[in-house]
Amino acid sequence: MAIEPRKPPSQLLPRLQRALGGRAGWSGFVLQLLFVAALAWISYEIVANARANLQAQRITAGFGFLANNAGFDVSQSLIPYSGSDSYTRVFVVGLLNTLLVSVIGIFFATVIGFLVALGRLSPNWLLSRIAGGYVELIRNLPLLFQILFWYLAVLAALPNPRQSISIFDSIFLSNRGLVVPKPVGQAGFEPFVVALLVAIVATIALWRYARRQLFQSGKVIKVWPYALGMIIGLPLISMLIFGIPVTWEVPVLRGFNFAGGSRLIPEFVALTLALSTYTAAFIAEIVRAGILSVHKGQMEAGSSLGLQRGSVLRLIVIPQALRVILPPLTNQYLNLTKNSSLAVAIGYPDLVSVFAGTTLSQTGQAIEIIGITMGVYLLISLVTSAIMSFYGWRISRSMGG
Amino acid sequence: MKRVSLVVTLALAAGLSAQAASAQTLKTVKDRGMLSCGVSQGLPGFSSPDDKGNWTGLDVDICRAIAAAIFNDATKIKFVPLSAKDRFTALQSGEIDVLSRNTTWTLSRDTSLGANFTGVTYYDGQGFLVKKSLKVNSALELNSASVCVQTGTTTEQNLADYFKGNNMKYEVIAFATADETVKAYESGRCDVFTSDVSQLYAERLKVANPADHVVLPEVISKEPLGPMVRHGDDQWFDVVKWTLYAMVGAEELGMTQKNIDEMAKSDKPEVKRAVGTDGNLGEQLGLTKDWMVRIVKATGNYGESFERNVGAGSKLGIARGLNNLWSKGGIQYAPPIR
Repeated sequence: MAIEPRKPPSQLLPRLQRALGGRAGWSGFVLQLLFVAALAWISYEIVANARANLQAQRITAGFGFLANNAGFDVSQSLIPYSGSDSYTRVFVVGLLNTLLVSVIGIFFATVIGFLVALGRLSPNWLLSRIAGGYVELIRNLPLLFQILFWYLAVLAALPNPRQSISIFDSIFLSNRGLVVPKPVGQAGFEPFVVALLVAIVATIALWRYARRQLFQSGKVIKVWPYALGMIIGLPLISMLIFGIPVTWEVPVLRGFNFAGGSRLIPEFVALTLALSTYTAAFIAEIVRAGILSVHKGQMEAGSSLGLQRGSVLRLIVIPQALRVILPPLTNQYLNLTKNSSLAVAIGYPDLVSVFAGTTLSQTGQAIEIIGITMGVYLLISLVTSAIMSFYGWRISRSMGG
Repeated sequence: MKRVSLVVTLALAAGLSAQAASAQTLKTVKDRGMLSCGVSQGLPGFSSPDDKGNWTGLDVDICRAIAAAIFNDATKIKFVPLSAKDRFTALQSGEIDVLSRNTTWTLSRDTSLGANFTGVTYYDGQGFLVKKSLKVNSALELNSASVCVQTGTTTEQNLADYFKGNNMKYEVIAFATADETVKAYESGRCDVFTSDVSQLYAERLKVANPADHVVLPEVISKEPLGPMVRHGDDQWFDVVKWTLYAMVGAEELGMTQKNIDEMAKSDKPEVKRAVGTDGNLGEQLGLTKDWMVRIVKATGNYGESFERNVGAGSKLGIARGLNNLWSKGGIQYAPPIR
């Protein structure tokens, strides 16, 4: 059979064709081009027309308002803020408040969710029924209702500041929130932190060394006495040399409220409680499903090796279950973040409340502000799923799958 | 709340991109056979639904008067309840024809929102409501207090100015609706509830024991409340503006709901011009000659509406004060109807 010398086929053209027109070839490509052009034209028309009409009605447009003075105050801010700051700063304040409640909510939701899932799978009848009841109750009630419940039924029932519940006259719980002494850094603060860090790093190093020894030679080294000694001892020595690290600013009742100290406002507490308990109910079911998806032979194999139930779960089952758990878990994290915008109902100053609420109605620039707010939520969601995907990728790599 | 404003915003974007600003609101309203009127979500005395779902109040009467002038029927109105933060977007998007919702007239609102104020229905000012048990007699004693306020109002900014100006500290908790704000105040989350004084009197009726709460004497701002219409439709602007002046003018002329039929036969020149037996003032507005008769029949004159809704004849019992006629010590004044 004669082999005809043949030109190597040009790779570029088919590839381009495939990317642009699929199998339909050039006609498909032209159609798609037309479609994209039409889409671009329609979007341009919408934007241009909206702009022209805004101008015709003399509604202020553009983003110039971001530099203007806000002129209103906010009850909770992670960065210094006063009424004479700009709307841009209001935006940052609201965004940070949203992120704060989301991150803390996600943390607690995950912890509670895992605990409830393990409880529900526990052989202990009572524990598993309680966990089951929790899930069924919480996930079947509307979230807004739960937020209002925590805020208006639980936290508002606390006494007023003058009759607040106090612990050692330094921690106060009232319907204005939880006020605790605030640490104020002194001369000995930095050496103290350094000493503590050194102790922690040394402990970790020691623990890894002990583990290696255990795997290589079966020698058991007790780590905890050394660790305890270092973590308590080193900072203590630093305190003796450099002086006390912090003094505590104790809150005192002055006028209507407490002055000094740090305060957790009830709006924040109610929102965090509601978001984390609500999302935890869903996470519990996801975790339970993930654990049940691991073949029970794995559990039996672990038990037959002599491992205890806790160790079997921790070392064998959960790492395998995580691959199933992660994608829906990411969904729940995204839901929690988006649900945090219900804050507006109880006056927690999140992004929707201070920016898409107050700022919007003061400037009247609805299109710009809603656009920015939607963009921010989209960005937060995309970043969260990127982080979770990265984590999932690491897990599957470490498991060789 | 969020969903509402999002929908309204999308409607705004769609409305703005789809149609050119319609400059013929009066014609649109006539064709539709219905006036779309933006009101509050329930503020006794100004706009609130009664147990049968009928809207009443001073702000509502403005819309009733407009509907009466156009259709000779004060019930041809669709009331759209709006929160403070959604109200302007609803007007901009064309969802409502007129916003009559205790809204303070300020320069920035008049210029940047694409809307105009047509007049002042109620001269108000901002004050503070506190519990009597706190034994506070003056707003200057409110240092370190927690203050509940409704978001998206001029109140929020006046509050910041007042406390800053007097070197006092405070904590502000802002809620989306008036009901949430009052609930938080009542539960003890705040020491003070601040809003326009008229609203304080109205909201005080909603708390469990109104007598345990007191409005402090300080009035810290000027809050002229009035209706708003969209920019770019001068005819509609005139109709809404002169509807209010017709009510005030009717009080000046002594036209009341009771005597309006006799007044229609009057031979006093200024009354004849008003009731339309002389000249065509109503037609110049795009309405009918008897427009003022229709208005007064439907809602009474300004004074009657005031007394019925917020004054001595109502639960609020607010004195006329600044809102009396200019000839009786107030500043309500209608330009000549001629």
